[in-house]
Amino acid sequence: MTATATRATVRFDALRLEGVTRRFGGQDALVDLNLTIQQGEFLALLGPSGCGKSTALNCLAGLLPLTSGSIWRDGTRLDTVPPERRGFGMVFQNYALFPHLSVRANIAFGLQMHRVPRAEVRRRTDAAIELVQLTDHVRKLPGQLSGGQQQRVAIARAIVLEPDLVLMDEPLSNLDAKLRLEMRTEIRRLHQSLGLTTVYVTHDQEEALSMADRLVVLRAGRVQQTGRPEELHARPANWHVADFMGYRNLFPVRVDALDAGVATVSSDGLRLRGATVGSVTVGSPAMAAVRPEDLVVETGPSDGVPARVEVVEYAGREHVVQTRTATGLPLTLRTTARVVPGDDVTVTADPARLLVFPLGEEGP
Amino acid sequence: MRVALRHRLADRGIDRHLLLLVPAAIFVSVLFIYPFFYGAGLSLQPRAGGGPLANYQAFWADTYERDTIWITLKIALPSALLNVLAAVPIAMRMRGRFRGKRLMTTILVVPITLGTVLTAEGLLNYLGPIGWFNRVLMALGLTDEPVRLVHNYWGVFFSIVITGFPFAFLLILSYLSGIDPSLERAAATLGAGRWSRFWRVTLPLLAPGLATTFCLTFVLAFSVFPSAILVGEPFGETRVISIAAFHAAYEQYDYAMGSTIAVVMGAVELVVVAVVMGLRSLLYTGPTGGKG
Repeated sequence: MTATATRATVRFDALRLEGVTRRFGGQDALVDLNLTIQQGEFLALLGPSGCGKSTALNCLAGLLPLTSGSIWRDGTRLDTVPPERRGFGMVFQNYALFPHLSVRANIAFGLQMHRVPRAEVRRRTDAAIELVQLTDHVRKLPGQLSGGQQQRVAIARAIVLEPDLVLMDEPLSNLDAKLRLEMRTEIRRLHQSLGLTTVYVTHDQEEALSMADRLVVLRAGRVQQTGRPEELHARPANWHVADFMGYRNLFPVRVDALDAGVATVSSDGLRLRGATVGSVTVGSPAMAAVRPEDLVVETGPSDGVPARVEVVEYAGREHVVQTRTATGLPLTLRTTARVVPGDDVTVTADPARLLVFPLGEEGP
Repeated sequence: MRVALRHRLADRGIDRHLLLLVPAAIFVSVLFIYPFFYGAGLSLQPRAGGGPLANYQAFWADTYERDTIWITLKIALPSALLNVLAAVPIAMRMRGRFRGKRLMTTILVVPITLGTVLTAEGLLNYLGPIGWFNRVLMALGLTDEPVRLVHNYWGVFFSIVITGFPFAFLLILSYLSGIDPSLERAAATLGAGRWSRFWRVTLPLLAPGLATTFCLTFVLAFSVFPSAILVGEPFGETRVISIAAFHAAYEQYDYAMGSTIAVVMGAVELVVVAVVMGLRSLLYTGPTGGKG
């Protein structure tokens, strides 16, 4: 979209959230969120349902008042400004398109509300419609569009104002798998070409990892970890994040020995070696985490952990295999080896890929 | 073959579930269709003879009778409009969850249970010449003599508003809660203030519901009878059309004329409802959820 005379190109340097807290009737939905969003950044808020990510987004949009804390755009305090004067665009999970207005009227709505001259409304609406490839559907009502098309209208409606910040609340969760992948690329492409600062809420770690420049993982209203996708993927800060980042095999262990960041741990007679994350001490309970793809299966004899195959799922190039060790521990792994339920195998893991987390007071 | 036939019938909606409609069909034909046609037929057989339409001509020629249409419309249209307009802001406020909502709703809906007679009695006590309202006005020195608010147009008007408002309120509340709240939130993020959100988003989606609610409260008000007698002026200002029909049928024992007036009454209601529903059809009447 072309830059317009009504707005400067760079509106702000950073958006700061300071101690943002939101309580619902004594329940903490969001606790002490401190976050700085840089101009042009694509930030994802990630976490399971009920973790406070949507609350954070609604607080940012001004749709929910804060219980405490403040929000700043550079030197301007924002949390006391009503949503209609914040100048943020928002894409809702259910799209929230105005059902009585045509595609064009939906997209033009924000411009009209900002009293943009009629000719400019027309020009900018046309540009936005073209950007999301809906030129053939401008006269239709939202109810006559497919889910993906509705999604495009919602995005066009939010970005036609060239807002300081685009907020997206799980915008892809109502689409089917194929469309979800396409729209993912589409949103990322829009972000790259327009450079609009974006905060994206999702519960899908894959979506967040693939789209965002930076991720914030939330759990029970509290930030667990902030970092680039690679950092979160390779080095989760605690076992909750690991659980969320695809470490499907999580099991409690006891630390037997420590040697320069490598711990020897045991669980029911099973001995493993792994890299420690955080302060792990000898003799203390810990949590071991390993991804299915980091477990190696050997059908012949080896010094690995003996296990029996229980369930085999086909997953394209490889199989996802559920096994159970002799001590009763379930292990999920991915392998190209041909195994069938009932097979006896041995499982090994690279000590660098098996992470050992301390068990905090919050417990398993 | 039998199975195939059954499937083909089911495709057209003909199956055993159709039997569920039997009670309703009996009900409608016994209590509505038959009396309606009986009355309509009766109205075409004037007691004094002179052609099937003689009664209608007589009704129309007699200004005392004909004026009952305007009198009734003058009461029913504004009161129905007021009920709808007053219910909108209250229903807007009553959306969502908040403390005391149940109590508020109960208070607003209680008048339904009162019935016309109790309401009339209350109005007579409260708004009558020596009622609290007038005593307060006089004590404050705002007026020297009691303001006449019962046994005239206003008495009937108030009575209709009191009994009709709960219907309007409940209907509009349910229409409003059918509108996805995220639409207003979306409008807010697009820069729409409170008024713009109402005029541009909520009202257009609510309007069809308002039209339906107006029609229902209008029909209720148009058939006003007890309160027109109890708190009105049944031989003058509030001689509504139902009183005219009652007079003809049960005081002059001219059932044919009574039926004629009843048919006219139905026709007037039908015209108003048709006009409102015609206007309604110009509006957007699709789903009001977020996904359109």
